[in-house]
Amino acid sequence: MKFKTFAAFVGPSLFLMFLFIAAPLVSVFIGSFQLTQPVLEQVEEETCTPGFVTQTCTTTMVTRPILDEFGEIQTTTEWVGWTNYTRVLDPEATWAAISNWDWNALMQVDFWAALRFTLMFTLVTLPLVIGVGLAIALAVNNAAKSIKGPIIFVSLLPFIITPVIGALSIRWLFIGDGILTSALEAWLDQDIAMFAQAWTIELMMLFYRVWHVAPFAFVIFYAGLQTVNQDTLESAIIDGASRWDRLRFVVVPHLMPLIVFIALIHLMDTYRVFEEIVGFTSQAHVISLQWLTYDFLQPDDAGNRAFGRASASAMLTMVGIVFLLIPLLRRTWRDHHGGSH
Amino acid sequence: MSDTPRALRQPLSLRLGSAGFLAFWCLIAAFPIFWIGVMSFKAPVDAFASNPLDVIFGPATRDGGDGLSLLDIVIGLAFLFFSIRYAMTWLPKMVAQHSPGGQMIAGWIIAAVGYAVAFVIGFFVILPFVLGLLNPILGPLGNPIVGLTTQHYEAVWVENQFYNNFTNSLIVTVGVVTVSLTVGTLAGYGLARSGSNLAFWILIIALVFRALPHSVLVAGYLPVFVNSAEILRPFLGDAAPTLYGQPWAVIAVLVSINQPFTIWMLRSFFQNIPNELDEAARVDGCTHFQAFRWVIMPVMWPGVITTGLFSFLLAYNDFLVTSLLLDQSNQTMVPAIAGYFNRETTTTDQVEAVAAAVSITAPLFLLVMIFQRQIVSGLTAGAVKG
Repeated sequence: MKFKTFAAFVGPSLFLMFLFIAAPLVSVFIGSFQLTQPVLEQVEEETCTPGFVTQTCTTTMVTRPILDEFGEIQTTTEWVGWTNYTRVLDPEATWAAISNWDWNALMQVDFWAALRFTLMFTLVTLPLVIGVGLAIALAVNNAAKSIKGPIIFVSLLPFIITPVIGALSIRWLFIGDGILTSALEAWLDQDIAMFAQAWTIELMMLFYRVWHVAPFAFVIFYAGLQTVNQDTLESAIIDGASRWDRLRFVVVPHLMPLIVFIALIHLMDTYRVFEEIVGFTSQAHVISLQWLTYDFLQPDDAGNRAFGRASASAMLTMVGIVFLLIPLLRRTWRDHHGGSH
Repeated sequence: MSDTPRALRQPLSLRLGSAGFLAFWCLIAAFPIFWIGVMSFKAPVDAFASNPLDVIFGPATRDGGDGLSLLDIVIGLAFLFFSIRYAMTWLPKMVAQHSPGGQMIAGWIIAAVGYAVAFVIGFFVILPFVLGLLNPILGPLGNPIVGLTTQHYEAVWVENQFYNNFTNSLIVTVGVVTVSLTVGTLAGYGLARSGSNLAFWILIIALVFRALPHSVLVAGYLPVFVNSAEILRPFLGDAAPTLYGQPWAVIAVLVSINQPFTIWMLRSFFQNIPNELDEAARVDGCTHFQAFRWVIMPVMWPGVITTGLFSFLLAYNDFLVTSLLLDQSNQTMVPAIAGYFNRETTTTDQVEAVAAAVSITAPLFLLVMIFQRQIVSGLTAGAVKG
């Protein structure tokens, strides 16, 4: 294919990706060093109240934004260096907490609390998703042919459901004296409030995420199981391998590329955990990195959005993704150069 | 079972364990969704009752005068069963008979819409009317036993004008699917047929883009979108639009965010179409574009439909981008539901939120029913080739 034809085919897609992915990255990078504020002026305001003989007048200094010719608030954009990052990371409080070995104080800084939850969430769900997915795939592979279709149908439901609604549906089972909370209370014989402390909310979030992603892992493993080499399995049996040995030394190595694939996709997706925070309304107890940026972008009571801090926290989130991707990119680089030269 | 080798035969305990685990998984997978479905039809007292039987049978709802009798349930289930059966057997035959050659897709769309309308009229208008006449005559059979009310759906769809959000969701989703497939198909084909280094690096960069959290990108759009009228004024004059709150701007954003995934997936589908096919067309004197139009396009639909499903899911399920880039007046369904549970002051509001959630889930449910095979093949294609 000539370069010109190739460019014509790929052009529109590249243009879109450039305009809406690459360009915003640059603008976020620049924006993270800038601060946009309304231009304020100090005005002397005299307020008088009628009194006996003379009026009592007081003058106060009032700060108010200057309006431009369209009647909108004028803003200035200044280059502020690392200020936005300082405001997000709060190095003083961080340093004080670290030097005192005070974990709770460190968790008072939103960014570190978000980072802790995001990393914990990513690392805990990863093995669970792979394990549960593999278990379902093995069980379905073992089941009678006639029930496979309906089981796949039911299994796909948690996967395609809107994430916010999936999280809500779990939340509604537990909220207040919901049926599962009261079942737990009857079983453990104590009063339980699932939404009163961070760790119970985190448990529900972990459960939700595994419930949501395990079907994806299941479908992929199930497809992989169909191509396991039967001859290898038979020779393993002849060699006296037990069921467990066959799973461990034949099936799992065969599925290894798929396990890596799922782990990769899962790391990318879980690192941007966000919908759980919205669905469980957990921002008072648990927040994630993406939610932090989202929160800065939401207009506050005065209608201002903290673009500068949002950009700074977005850039810090990016740093995490880069760390995540470096091993992958290095491997691809090596494979490509090893393969083509 | 007798023809399986003895060593492959499984002990009873293993088979029972495996079946039990599957049953347990299916229960867990379906239960939350099933349960919000049940809750949405009950009065608030029943919906959030701590006894599961109360939620299912809804005594408070029944006492409120809304309920189903045994007769209602039997006839309703029979109606459902036969309408699904007809949809499976009679409908495809009619479509095949009556649609002119090559117009199968249009035929299916018309048939599906017609059937859906007929079903809604039959199930929600004619059936309740007939049963309303029958129930008082039959005495004990006609007494309500299960509480069920549709008042929350009425509140959501009629009073709170959820259909506005539905229309917005529809616009955004249809826009995203069409544009993303048009652009993505071309790019996927180009990438699949070019073995150059450039193609390889485009794919790798797309993979990196795939990993970016969406909030990072939205942090880049938002300042520009809010001020776009001023930024664009020198170029476009007074016609410069404010991109914030525009559905088509959101469509462009979602299409771009989805491009990396789309081109990866379509590329792997196009690689499965043998190269000889377009080479033959090229030998006969077609240009690349003609080969694509006349040789590849007729055979690419399975892959395109599968990729389209995933674009649909992304656009339909999105919360972050739509909630930040659209304003109240043209909000889509998923962010709109956040309004319900943030203000949930009364339990009625909560049950209305449940009803809205079920309304959002219902189309997805239908989607899995119809396209289960395509979804599975799409998931596996990405994994095995990518």
